[in-house]
Amino acid sequence: MPALINVPAKAKRGGVIEIRTLTSHIMETGFRHTVDGKLVPRDIITSFTCRYNGDEIFRADLFPAIAANPYLSFFTVAKESGKFEFEWIGDNGYSSTASASIIVE
Amino acid sequence: MRVWRAIAAAALLAAAPALLAGEIPIDARRSGYSFMGPDTRAMQDDDTSNPGMLFVLEGEALWGKKTGNAEKSCADCHGDARSSMKGVAARYPAIDKALARPVTLDQRINRCRTNHQQATPLLYESRDLLALSAFVAHQSRGVAISAGDDPQAKPFVEQGRELFMQREGQLNLACTNCHDDNFDRRLAGAPVTQGQPTGYPLYRLEWQTLGSLERRLRSCMSGVRAQAYDYGSPELVALELYLMSRARGLPMETPAVRP
Repeated sequence: MPALINVPAKAKRGGVIEIRTLTSHIMETGFRHTVDGKLVPRDIITSFTCRYNGDEIFRADLFPAIAANPYLSFFTVAKESGKFEFEWIGDNGYSSTASASIIVE
Repeated sequence: MRVWRAIAAAALLAAAPALLAGEIPIDARRSGYSFMGPDTRAMQDDDTSNPGMLFVLEGEALWGKKTGNAEKSCADCHGDARSSMKGVAARYPAIDKALARPVTLDQRINRCRTNHQQATPLLYESRDLLALSAFVAHQSRGVAISAGDDPQAKPFVEQGRELFMQREGQLNLACTNCHDDNFDRRLAGAPVTQGQPTGYPLYRLEWQTLGSLERRLRSCMSGVRAQAYDYGSPELVALELYLMSRARGLPMETPAVRP
């Protein structure tokens, strides 16, 4: 599934940077019924992780009350040039990844 | 007696402009964007927070994907959408020469699929159709709307205008009663807009997904307790054409975000 990632291309060493992520997912709550009364099974993203050069720097658990196409924004300190890796894990074996690189001067 | 009749006639004449308030002057036309709060505006303005852009990305992938018995992709005929599709959505719905009636962008995509790709048409409001039309319409972002300029389209614009002015449903309301006469007021806390279709298909927070102008029109129709026209019906296409011609000159915003 496509994702939109916003990581600054360049940052100063020790500077605080904002990372914004948006991914495509229906986030079906599992509480809704179809017109003929059948329960629509839950289908959500349950976990999001961000790694910075392999180290986990941010993790979030997601729940049915979170809207479709979850948007997450968080901050970190720019320590060294390298790569951010993002991973979304969810129901029915859902897994999606994305990455972005940064140059720290 | 004659004096009273003259006074009554004068009073009627004085009241006439208010009764015929009707259409919005060209320089007073405003996109739904101007009725939104700062948070929703910020969401639309930043392409990495606008969820509609996820559909544009999906549409871009579909544009290059070969499909149907002809094993052709959109790109095989139309090339780079950034140049070939620029300004196209601002002209839709447009007259299809073979059908001699206007077709929406969704219908144009499906006609291309059946005629040139020999593929099955995509269902209205299906993810793939919304993604493709969002991708195509996104190429017109910032382009001034010019739909309905074609002289052949005039009778259909007029049909759409009549539907817009026609009261319907158990609440007996016409589109014009809210969107010409009462915009900038509130309906159950939500602002009533002018109903200018500048950013379709758009991401509606209430829907939690992207949706077409036809979906929006149909939800207004069920709102006034009327029987909504079917997707792709000539009435909805005419309404869509009238709305686009009514928004003439406003810039396209696809994919817009609305509450």
